[in-house]
Amino acid sequence: MQHGTIFDIKQFAVHDGPGIRTTVFLKGCTLSCQWCHNPEGISPSLDLFFNSYLCMKCNTCFNLCPNEAIIDDSKITILRELCDKCMLCANDCPTEALQKSGRSINSTELMEEILKSTIYYDFSEGGVTFSGGEPLLQSSFLKEVLEKCKKEGIHTTLDTSGYSSLKILKSVIDYIDLFLFDLKLINERLHKEFTGVPNKQIIENLRFITQTRSNDVIIRIPIIPGITSTDQNIEDILTLLSSLNMVKEVNLLPFHNVSEKYDRLGMEYKLDHVRAPSDEEMAKVKERFEEKGFKVK
Amino acid sequence: MDSLNIDDEVTTRRSIIKPVTEKIAKLRESSVNSDVKISHERAQLITEFYLNKNEDLSVVMTRALAFKYLMEKVSLPIEEGQLIVGMRGTGEKEVSSFPEVCCHGLDDLSVLNSREKNPYKVNQETFQIYEEKIIPFWKDKSMREKIFSNMSEEWKEAYYAGIFTEFMEQRVPGHTSGGELIFSNGISSLTNSIIAKKENSLSQAELEELKAMEIVGEAIVIYANRYSSNLKEMAHGEEKQTRKEELLEMAKICSQVPKEKPNSFWAALQHYWFIHVGIITESNPWDSFNPGRLDQFLLPFYQKDIQEGKLTRERAKELLEAFWLKFNAHPAPPKVGVTAQESNTYNDFSKINIGGLKEDGSDGVNDVSYLLLEVLEEMRTLQPNTAVLISKRTPNRFIEKALHVSSHGFGEPPIFSHDTMIMMLLRQGKSLEDARMSGVSGCVETGAFGKESYILTGYFNLPKVLEITLNNGIDPITNKKIGVTTGDPLEFQSFEEVYSAFSEQLSYFIDIKMDGNDIIEELYATNLPVPFLSLWIEDCIKNAKDYNSGGSRYNTQYIQIVGLGTITDSLASLKHNVYETKKYSMKQVLEALKNNFAGNEVMHQIFRNKTPKFGNDDDFADNLAQLVFNDSIKIVENYPLSPVRKATRRVYGLPTTCHVYFGSVCQATPDGREAKIALSEGISPVQGADRIGISGVFRSIGKLDHIKSGGTLLNQKLSPDLVNDDEVMTKLAQLIRAYFAMNAHHVQFNVVSADLLKQAQEKPEKFRDLMVRVAGYSDYFVNLPLGLQEEIIKRTEQTIL
Repeated sequence: MQHGTIFDIKQFAVHDGPGIRTTVFLKGCTLSCQWCHNPEGISPSLDLFFNSYLCMKCNTCFNLCPNEAIIDDSKITILRELCDKCMLCANDCPTEALQKSGRSINSTELMEEILKSTIYYDFSEGGVTFSGGEPLLQSSFLKEVLEKCKKEGIHTTLDTSGYSSLKILKSVIDYIDLFLFDLKLINERLHKEFTGVPNKQIIENLRFITQTRSNDVIIRIPIIPGITSTDQNIEDILTLLSSLNMVKEVNLLPFHNVSEKYDRLGMEYKLDHVRAPSDEEMAKVKERFEEKGFKVK
Repeated sequence: MDSLNIDDEVTTRRSIIKPVTEKIAKLRESSVNSDVKISHERAQLITEFYLNKNEDLSVVMTRALAFKYLMEKVSLPIEEGQLIVGMRGTGEKEVSSFPEVCCHGLDDLSVLNSREKNPYKVNQETFQIYEEKIIPFWKDKSMREKIFSNMSEEWKEAYYAGIFTEFMEQRVPGHTSGGELIFSNGISSLTNSIIAKKENSLSQAELEELKAMEIVGEAIVIYANRYSSNLKEMAHGEEKQTRKEELLEMAKICSQVPKEKPNSFWAALQHYWFIHVGIITESNPWDSFNPGRLDQFLLPFYQKDIQEGKLTRERAKELLEAFWLKFNAHPAPPKVGVTAQESNTYNDFSKINIGGLKEDGSDGVNDVSYLLLEVLEEMRTLQPNTAVLISKRTPNRFIEKALHVSSHGFGEPPIFSHDTMIMMLLRQGKSLEDARMSGVSGCVETGAFGKESYILTGYFNLPKVLEITLNNGIDPITNKKIGVTTGDPLEFQSFEEVYSAFSEQLSYFIDIKMDGNDIIEELYATNLPVPFLSLWIEDCIKNAKDYNSGGSRYNTQYIQIVGLGTITDSLASLKHNVYETKKYSMKQVLEALKNNFAGNEVMHQIFRNKTPKFGNDDDFADNLAQLVFNDSIKIVENYPLSPVRKATRRVYGLPTTCHVYFGSVCQATPDGREAKIALSEGISPVQGADRIGISGVFRSIGKLDHIKSGGTLLNQKLSPDLVNDDEVMTKLAQLIRAYFAMNAHHVQFNVVSADLLKQAQEKPEKFRDLMVRVAGYSDYFVNLPLGLQEEIIKRTEQTIL
């Protein structure tokens, strides 16, 4: 049986595909988009959140840490470079100020979690959505879970960056009912600059999926002011989409500042200066897609 | 989606209020803004009557004649511009008192007059009349005094310790709702039934009851006729032609109903209202009185009048909105002491049921159902309350419309599964047809409308029973032994021993409560018959028996369990931390509870954060909730039928405001709750303990066997972002349908941000109109006692992903 690493299971997810869904977040992603909402999903191994506002300074962590990575001064400080993520502190922290992100789970255990909401899927024509991180990074595990979902008659959605080998994509494509496919930047240089990877493979993969499954693809575009929402990028996306088999729907996801989450993980957030797009900006982008006949949400 | 800021939230909330006409808007303004006062008129009249009463008459005849005396003498206020008449008390929100039930002393009146939350203003004249006439006569004679003097020492000790409350100490049983009989009969036809019944050979008591019913029938007709004359006179002096015509029409209607059954939509509302006023003047029944399945009852009148061109949809709405304000004009009768703590609100819980199934099992949603939802949304008054009944056959459009109204944030309407209610009532032995014509009154109390007397007897404090168990029968607050000896908890070797001791204490206290219930039932049957209410509940005439003596077709008696979440999490904590992980010894835990976790902050936080909790679809905790729920029901239902009414014994899971009072008498609990803080409410998880979202809460709650209860209350707080998203609303409707497929009974939503509530606490003067869901009712947030405000803020705010 395959094991995977996940960092969250959200229930009553209502924006990740049709009906009421359970969204499983798989840990690990090759991309490191600067606007990433789930930075704890980037690393394939465990992460440690420090929610300092919950800390009552009981020193449980300080006493437990084998690496002297915790300093007990006027406040608790974590020396991230010394921390080997053994999680002894998080396991015992009484207030959950220290919180572990990530856990290993096998496909049977995950199925149990997914099946708990069967009654909701049945009443809403919902199902399960695999998100992350990048689910395709754990393709063997993903495939095993997908097979089990199909056996149970559960609708499956893959929320993907599209960054994977074609071989891996082909290994799971038949088990996936709906793709939520992220498109960020078309300009290769900018893509590399803001996400850390080139986009050639992504675009090829999108082309591959839409050849046979264009009805089952929703394009998701994060609207990051000054980065992805530029006239040029929107134009490029429209051009790309027009060259593909007709995709019906586009979702526009407005940027939110999530610096607080990066702080809690001890990670650097590069987009603190970027503001959320205004309603007008969102409407303008929406209009451009609608003009070309896309359904936009 | 961005969260709404507070200003937007407030603006959205306020912009919803839009009464259908200018006239109603004015009436509403006056209704919402008037202060609540005590009106001594009724107390004075009933004292006068009893001072001069004929000593040879039976109790029921005396009560009937007293009612007639009131109907002949009470003043007849008419609100300017109103379309429906009839009022208990001398004016809007001028509340009658009932010294024969509970005679307030001067101290009580001072407290009522001056308390910060929910005061009842008492003027000098009222103080004087009470001091000179009312108190001297009723002292030692009221039901309240009779009850307390008849209770055992054990009962009193448990009562004062806060193990349970007693519903009947200041208010009379009631707990019922109108059925189809009301809208298809007038006094004439009921009198005919009474005369026919008299042809049978009857006992003296039965004859007396029937005679009393005839008298109270005459009395309400006298009351209506008095109004009719006054209205005619007013019409005479009225200059505005439209109002003159209205007054003449009202005069005509009042000369027809309630003597005869109504023949129009307008007359149906007026007819019901006279009966309502009669019932709440005769005595002060709990939950006032209810028009029941109003959309079902009004539909034939509505259709006929529309067809005949006598009514437009807009006029029907105006009449309904006028009708709405009649309820709002009647705050609950004044409550003091423990009763004020368990039900700390002006709301008197009169409930209008909307939707559900028809008697033949088909879908009951109709035009009037939608009209009522619109009225509810536009009026937003404290009263009346509503209930939306959803069955498998209910169209999605209706449930989505109800959710849309609910999403505007004042907590109405609550959503119920009619299918579950029907199963509850079938299990209790009601006929299928009667079960289908059921609904909910009060908060979440299921009943066979118009045919059942389902008496709530008091709230029952489950966590307090555990506290007494953990102290081997002693109440640690007073150091008095009030329970049984179930063993030193330090000697308990397993969780099973803890639970078995708890179960023994539970049986012991339920036994005390049941003994008291039997005595109180008899006291009411003997001393306080209600012939007027009996007229309207089937089969009191047929049985020639009073409502309070068991005349109704179905008789039921309830105990309302409180703190299911707190007791579950407390048991889960003991099981997990003491007996499984063995992180703490029982001695350490008991010591920490005694000291309210002082010096034990790590343990406190581990109990709160690292211990299984009810509401997260975690069987470890949820199975304990099932155990306590089922055992409570098993113990209660095991009692034989009550002695007088022959009532079966049942359990509800609802709190009103009692979870705050019950929390105040408990020290810290093993779930990490601190001393004196509110318990969990209804059957909801502990505030803030549900952490995986609403679908997880539904699954946990769905594990309880709701059908075995008579009603269970679940509160959920939703983030206001939801309001703007139709897709989310549709999915929420689907989620609720799935929840009801688990045979759950009820859910209601507070759509309000914690930030707004906190701001309202700081600046109450700016947020006087902010209404929120409390338990089975909504109330003005700033009128809530502080403990309750805090409790609502702490409820988990479910956000949508």
